[in-house]
Amino acid sequence: MTATARSAKQNASSPKEKELHLKMLREMLLIRRFEEKAAEAYALGKIGGFCHLYIGQEAVAVGALAALRDDDYVICSYREHGQALVKGISPNAVMAELFGKATGCSKGKGGSMHLFDAKRGFMGGHGIVGGHIPLAAGLAFASKYQGNDKVCVCFFGEAAVNIGSFHETLNMASVWKLPVIFLCENNRYGMGTAFERVAAVTDIVEHACSYDMAAELVDGMNVLTVYDATRRAVERARNQSNPTLLEVRTYRYMGHSMSDPLHGVYRTKDEVEEQKARDPITHLADKLKDDGIIDQAGLDALDAEIHTEVEQAVKFADESPDPEPGELYTDVMVD
Amino acid sequence: MATLTYRDALNQALREEMQRDQNVFLMGEEVGVYQGAYKVSRGLLEEFGPKRIVDTPIAELGFAGIGVGAAMGGLRPVIEFMTWNFAVLAMDQIVNSAAKMLYMSGGQINLPIVFRGPNGAALQLASQHSQAWESWVSHIPGLKVVAPATPADAKGLLKSAIRDNNPVIVLEGEMLYNLKGDVPDGEHLVPIGKAEIKREGRDVTLVCHSKTLAVATKAAEMLAEQDLSAEVLDLRSLRPLDEAAILDSVRKTNRAVVVEEGWPHAGIGAQIVDLIQRDAFDDLDAPVQRITQADVPMPYNKHLERAAKASPEKVVAAARRVLYLE
Repeated sequence: MTATARSAKQNASSPKEKELHLKMLREMLLIRRFEEKAAEAYALGKIGGFCHLYIGQEAVAVGALAALRDDDYVICSYREHGQALVKGISPNAVMAELFGKATGCSKGKGGSMHLFDAKRGFMGGHGIVGGHIPLAAGLAFASKYQGNDKVCVCFFGEAAVNIGSFHETLNMASVWKLPVIFLCENNRYGMGTAFERVAAVTDIVEHACSYDMAAELVDGMNVLTVYDATRRAVERARNQSNPTLLEVRTYRYMGHSMSDPLHGVYRTKDEVEEQKARDPITHLADKLKDDGIIDQAGLDALDAEIHTEVEQAVKFADESPDPEPGELYTDVMVD
Repeated sequence: MATLTYRDALNQALREEMQRDQNVFLMGEEVGVYQGAYKVSRGLLEEFGPKRIVDTPIAELGFAGIGVGAAMGGLRPVIEFMTWNFAVLAMDQIVNSAAKMLYMSGGQINLPIVFRGPNGAALQLASQHSQAWESWVSHIPGLKVVAPATPADAKGLLKSAIRDNNPVIVLEGEMLYNLKGDVPDGEHLVPIGKAEIKREGRDVTLVCHSKTLAVATKAAEMLAEQDLSAEVLDLRSLRPLDEAAILDSVRKTNRAVVVEEGWPHAGIGAQIVDLIQRDAFDDLDAPVQRITQADVPMPYNKHLERAAKASPEKVVAAARRVLYLE
């Protein structure tokens, strides 16, 4: 096992790298602005139920998915708006799903926690903590069985590490050498419970030792670091059919869900502010400015363009029809 | 047509379906090297190899979920639980992943997966190993549930379950594995959702499934000695339920007794009584009676265990009650 916090090269120069970095900046900004709009829409009662925002964690989805092929599988917990957008589901279809509309990516039947686009390999947001971890191993099992080289990345929070399905699945994934990447987004809190209050082992990467699995500890506020670590994990999965556990340390700026106040009683405002000073978008934007890839005017223009795109997604969702009443009874069974 | 045990009929179904479709694989505890805890998978490892006959650790939640994921990836898994008593550990995957995936994905991901294993009490296995789970699994929209009582139905229903594009629960009977019967060779498919009259009668309908078919059949024989003609209706599928077959029989006999292995509260029989009172009220000549396991955890002592279970004598007494003979 290697458990290293490795910094990415900070001197990107090739045109391909520039293009990749700009794409990453765009995707992180899209998630940020999308989630801000979702929060507004929630406050207006346009979005119901549970809604878990990804603000602060953008570098994880963006960095990890940049290391994947389009046909690879991604499967997530219920905090999955970001991954869905980066996997290529349009902001319109994601926002419409949050609004519960017929044009949503799950036809309005899934909502915020159950975004799906199977054709793109986005195998869902899943609502039971840890419940989707074995599904990820199953998708990887199918890839190996069918002899294709698709890998599967499974995103879950650190709180899922305390649940049995995590341990059962890591064991089987290792025994059967499945091409799966277990990507733990350690944002420190399971709802309002700090991980160290409920976990005997707080360095999650150490769990990989129990399952004889490769692992890395990754700075989740640096998109390039996440990208590099995921690329290594993808290489192990695709070429050697070996699983990896990545512990990606990140932070959510918002509450656990929309019903949770910003910092709540379980963490201080100062702590949140301190983390915001490590903002992953600012970090990449500053680097691209230093590299001369973008200037402030270019960044402002990009941000404005994304703003418009997200506003249009809200408009699309708002104007989309509800599912037909008859949809209540469809999709329970296939013929 | 060959005479096979229920166990070998299931084995034949698995073998034929695995030969027919290479996306079908079997996963579970002791299915390979050990040849199956109840030998249902005997010889399959030798024929199909470890890629398709997959021995798992004791981790029901995990391997049930891996099965669901494999179905999401295009395979047709058959997940064996050593018993349904252990499958309760995997209920999150059965209920929250398998049953709901199609609906919550807006129709994008259907799951052709079978969860199978023995269900209900055997002999003196005490309370944790003697439970009938059909009312739990039949409660869930998105699942089909079958409970074969004969070797022929075991083969035909398992083959249909494996070919079904939805999650199917197959409840087998540990006490049935040695039961022998005629089994059609090759392509023998029993449609899911179709009950079968196993014995025709005029005076009372005995509704049963799985192991209670033997109980009801024995009761019908005892009733015949009293010149009472009982019809034995084997449900075979619990979801979808063959409502037409139940109503047709009750409309003929005007009386019914429902026999099941589960507990009385919110059991399968309660669902059937609901159907009969709603749709055949005017055809009924007596309130429907139910025979179930006693409403207690299963005791170990063999006399207490016998007292707890459905028996032909209890069914005969219930039949006589609905006939106002006692």
